Amino acid sequence: MMRNFTFSSRPKEVSEASDSFLQCVVSALGEIKDPEMPTVSLAELGMIYDVDHHQGRVTVKLLPTFVGCPALHLMRSQVESKLVRIEGVASVDVQFVMDESWTTDRITEEGRKKIHDFGIAPPSAEFEPHKALSCSYCGASDTEVVSMFGPTACRAIYYCKACNQPFEGMKFI
Amino acid sequence: MNQAEQQLSNNYRTALIDLLYQMADDELTIGHRSSEWLGIAPDLEEDIAFSSISQDEVGHATFYFELLSELGEGDPDKLAFARTKEKRQNARVLERPNHDWAYTIARGYFYDVFDHIRLQELLQTNYTPLQKGVQKILREERYHLLHMETWFERLGVAKGEAKGRLENAVITIWPDLTDLFSLGRSNEILRKEGIFPISESALSDKWTQQVKPLFDRTELMWPGTPHVMTGNGRLGVHTSDLQQLLDMMTEVYRSDLIATW
Repeated sequence: MMRNFTFSSRPKEVSEASDSFLQCVVSALGEIKDPEMPTVSLAELGMIYDVDHHQGRVTVKLLPTFVGCPALHLMRSQVESKLVRIEGVASVDVQFVMDESWTTDRITEEGRKKIHDFGIAPPSAEFEPHKALSCSYCGASDTEVVSMFGPTACRAIYYCKACNQPFEGMKFI
Repeated sequence: MNQAEQQLSNNYRTALIDLLYQMADDELTIGHRSSEWLGIAPDLEEDIAFSSISQDEVGHATFYFELLSELGEGDPDKLAFARTKEKRQNARVLERPNHDWAYTIARGYFYDVFDHIRLQELLQTNYTPLQKGVQKILREERYHLLHMETWFERLGVAKGEAKGRLENAVITIWPDLTDLFSLGRSNEILRKEGIFPISESALSDKWTQQVKPLFDRTELMWPGTPHVMTGNGRLGVHTSDLQQLLDMMTEVYRSDLIATW
């Protein structure tokens, strides 16, 4: 998931020190949750594209889930306030990049499980807008699509005919 | 150094900027009109759907305004809220009021088909920042297109009032469609510079190939290819409906120009 680390040209001892610093940054990043699905971290959603640092200045590149997601600003300030507390961090620059398209395929297995634990059915593996997901509450597959548009850009609404309840699912992107 | 900071020729830069304004203004305008259904859509699901679509469209507009900003056009918020009617390059059909549900669906379907073709063509653009964004935006837009197409068909196969309203909507919209396919004053340069690969007439033909079969399937009369240009929004020629939209959309922004939101 993490890519483009830029340590190769530095002396070994500096590189080792940098590595442990980076580990600190990466593990702090791993604790930051999605504002709209607080059981899942940004890392588990596959949103962290790159982490880099130079003399205490940390740059984090995130992939936006939806281009117009209103939670992006909140995520930026969460990352900034979390990382700035780490010893040795002088500044934090959070960038949203489109170098690669975020897709639901980037969500880790652990992430899918936690989305389900939050009560939302994890996304399908392909664009199948007419096919309903299994019920996120009872697991039944006797379900139907209510609407491909839900309370947030990334969610759709389904109905379970087994437990007679509406439920949400994450839509394939 | 990113591509925006590199030396782009004047011709290239001007044409690219024109195209980005067309796209940003299209998305912001239809995004705003979509938001006007909030609270009054025919059912709860559509209330949510149109809010979600509106949010996506305004988000796409923000992306295009940010690309313009990287090209030296200034602050994205100002581009969205402070430009006068004459500076806007959206197609005129998008600034029209929502009228009724049938009008909204028909216009939404016609625009989404067009936008989909434009985005697919832009997968070939040689301007990398746009090409990357378009890949992502296409993955979102297909849900909008599917939604509008489903509704158009539903109204089209219905009898009675639904069908009658859809027929009226088509008649009202048709003369407004011509500038949708216009690429503005940079038309030739866009193709020559490799920014946008196809001509206006090819764009219009592709649109007809996609839309006409749905007319046939729903037994709607096909009014012929839209051809009489009544005014070109791509050149800043707009109707008074755009002023009404801007007055509403920018009311809060104008109330305190130096506020930090």
